[in-house]
Amino acid sequence: MNDFITRTLRPTFWKVVAVIIIALGIYTIYLRFTGGLAAVTNLSDHFPWGLWIGFDVLCGVGMAAGGFTLCAIVYIFNIKKYKPIIRPTILTAFLGYLLVIFALLVDLGRPWAIWHAIIMWNPHSVMFEVAWCVMLYTTVLFLEFSPVIIERFKSKKLLSFIKGITIPLVVIGILLSTLHQSSLGALYLIVPTKMHPLWYSTNLPWFFYLSAIAVGCAMIIFESYLSAKAFKKNLEFHLVSDIGRWIVVILSTYFTWRFVDLALNNKLTLLFFNSIETYLFWLEIIIGIVIPIAFLSQSRIRLNRVGLFVSACFVIGGFLLNRLNVSVTSLQASSGVSYLPSVYEIIITLFIVTIGVILFNLAVQYLPVYEKTKEGIPIEFEIITDENLKVESVK
Amino acid sequence: MKKEKAFLIDITECVGCGACYTACKEANNLPETSDDPLRDTLSDKTFTVIEQRGDYYVRQMCKHCFEPTCVSACPVGAFTKIEFGAVLYDESKCLGCRYCMQACPFQIPRYEWGSLNPRVQKCIMCYNRLLEGNIPACAEACPTGATTFGDRDEIIALAKQKIFDNPEKYYNYIYGLNEVGGTSVLYLSPIPFEELGFNTHLLQTALPNFTYEALSKIPTLVSVGGVLLTGFYWLTNRKNEIAREKFLEKTKSQTERSTDNE
Ligand code: SF4
Ligand code: SF4
Repeated sequence: MNDFITRTLRPTFWKVVAVIIIALGIYTIYLRFTGGLAAVTNLSDHFPWGLWIGFDVLCGVGMAAGGFTLCAIVYIFNIKKYKPIIRPTILTAFLGYLLVIFALLVDLGRPWAIWHAIIMWNPHSVMFEVAWCVMLYTTVLFLEFSPVIIERFKSKKLLSFIKGITIPLVVIGILLSTLHQSSLGALYLIVPTKMHPLWYSTNLPWFFYLSAIAVGCAMIIFESYLSAKAFKKNLEFHLVSDIGRWIVVILSTYFTWRFVDLALNNKLTLLFFNSIETYLFWLEIIIGIVIPIAFLSQSRIRLNRVGLFVSACFVIGGFLLNRLNVSVTSLQASSGVSYLPSVYEIIITLFIVTIGVILFNLAVQYLPVYEKTKEGIPIEFEIITDENLKVESVK
Repeated sequence: MKKEKAFLIDITECVGCGACYTACKEANNLPETSDDPLRDTLSDKTFTVIEQRGDYYVRQMCKHCFEPTCVSACPVGAFTKIEFGAVLYDESKCLGCRYCMQACPFQIPRYEWGSLNPRVQKCIMCYNRLLEGNIPACAEACPTGATTFGDRDEIIALAKQKIFDNPEKYYNYIYGLNEVGGTSVLYLSPIPFEELGFNTHLLQTALPNFTYEALSKIPTLVSVGGVLLTGFYWLTNRKNEIAREKFLEKTKSQTERSTDNE
């Protein structure tokens, strides 16, 4: 125990950084709830949504997309070889959603009224859809992750109950995610004249959906690489590497669709305009789509641990840029003001990321996220219950 | 629903005196924010302003749209369009997501950014005065007739009549008649509207249609998607079952053989 305490307390560079960020974050939250949004943000009547919505919410939800993508691959398409990485992926998605809710509590003007969406309905509002998706999908993610917690506390009855309802849970989870990812794009359908035409499209919900799946896959690669380093958990590399192929397919579809969409709406000339929007648009396309496709379509890079990791980083970077472009860049011109996040807004964002990393670490240390059985076969997030039962009974 | 009302703002008649500005402040109990109505901007404490654009004055306020974008955007229905066509806000429902502000094509709703219990604020068409049978304070105060108020159909007829009677005085367009599906604040101008800083690129259809189209696909998506996913699960799992049966048979025959050998 003493050993444990000294180990946790031993300062390392990252621990010091984390402590500083957390302290600043708590201070910012204090300022936010004593002085209002004006005290900490650069938001204004002309720019009501800033970094917190653009990054913490839009990017946070997108990066949690690995959860439903992998669930679909493993349980619906029955590609069982990916089972070993399903737990950490669901964990990321679950933590991602919790942190999105946290960000919302800071960003909403009246966070204590957040539950109003449960009883006061406006089915014509995309925001209403978003609110329900957040609530329901967080619950589903919790249930999908719960076997890990239950296992830790060894309650057989609960475990078999949860496992029994897993397929319905997975189906509901996929549907909710589909709705949620696309509805975040649909939020912007209502501003056709405010948004820069390079980003506005009636297909925005689809673009959000496809790019979320791509980044979900990239997150799986990203995490596997880091976990392999940090926790010495050797996930089978060829599994992860194969996900790179999926990314190529999804990104190519996404890329084609976006450019065909521009062409069909006579917007191609905008691509050669000398404006900050055009540059950021190309940056997003090149970082997030062109480079990853170029890298991942070569097996030499895909089969190289670092190469694969770097490609995933490009996908994630391009994705973040895309969400920020949609939520900030594209609305800048019509708003008449130029918004840049305040230091406090940035602190809260860093705070959220830091908390996420810490919670992930704790969960991995104290819950059987990566644990293996005696035979060395990973305990999976097992839901194909009767299969297991049969196999056991045969034994 | 009482008859739909509307304002007519005739820019050729406006002298920029600020009477509407002052009357609005009084009627809504709003604190003073500037001693020069021409310098002030819309805010949570100012629901109407007069902006000088060259030789002309343009009044800004909520347009009380026909199919208001803010009403469709609010997740909890805090915004409603009610009798007289007034678009009102109910602070007891609001959760402060500010989607209404993001969505409004005219950038009208204002937020109490410094408040710990912030509200969205904007012109409410002097709803209480309407209930009492009065017209909105600004229209009553206007000394020149630049702001008039009445039933929307009559106001439209009046605007058309004005252009018809004085074609050389007016630019032949009624701003607000069809913008975003029509508004309840109509403008007449002596010169083209874009020269006065009006957004002339607004669509002529109601914006809520855009999101509604996406939302209306949800029931199909959920039901068809649900069946499809479950179906896929069944298909792929069936394959597994067959594989397992084969595997079991094989092992069984192997064990039998091994027992035979013994
Ligand atoms: S102008 Fe804006 S705030 Fe006023 S009714 Fe129209 S959408 Fe709503
Ligand atoms: S800020 Fe309030 S009124 Fe505006 S959309 Fe959100 S909940 Fe509705």
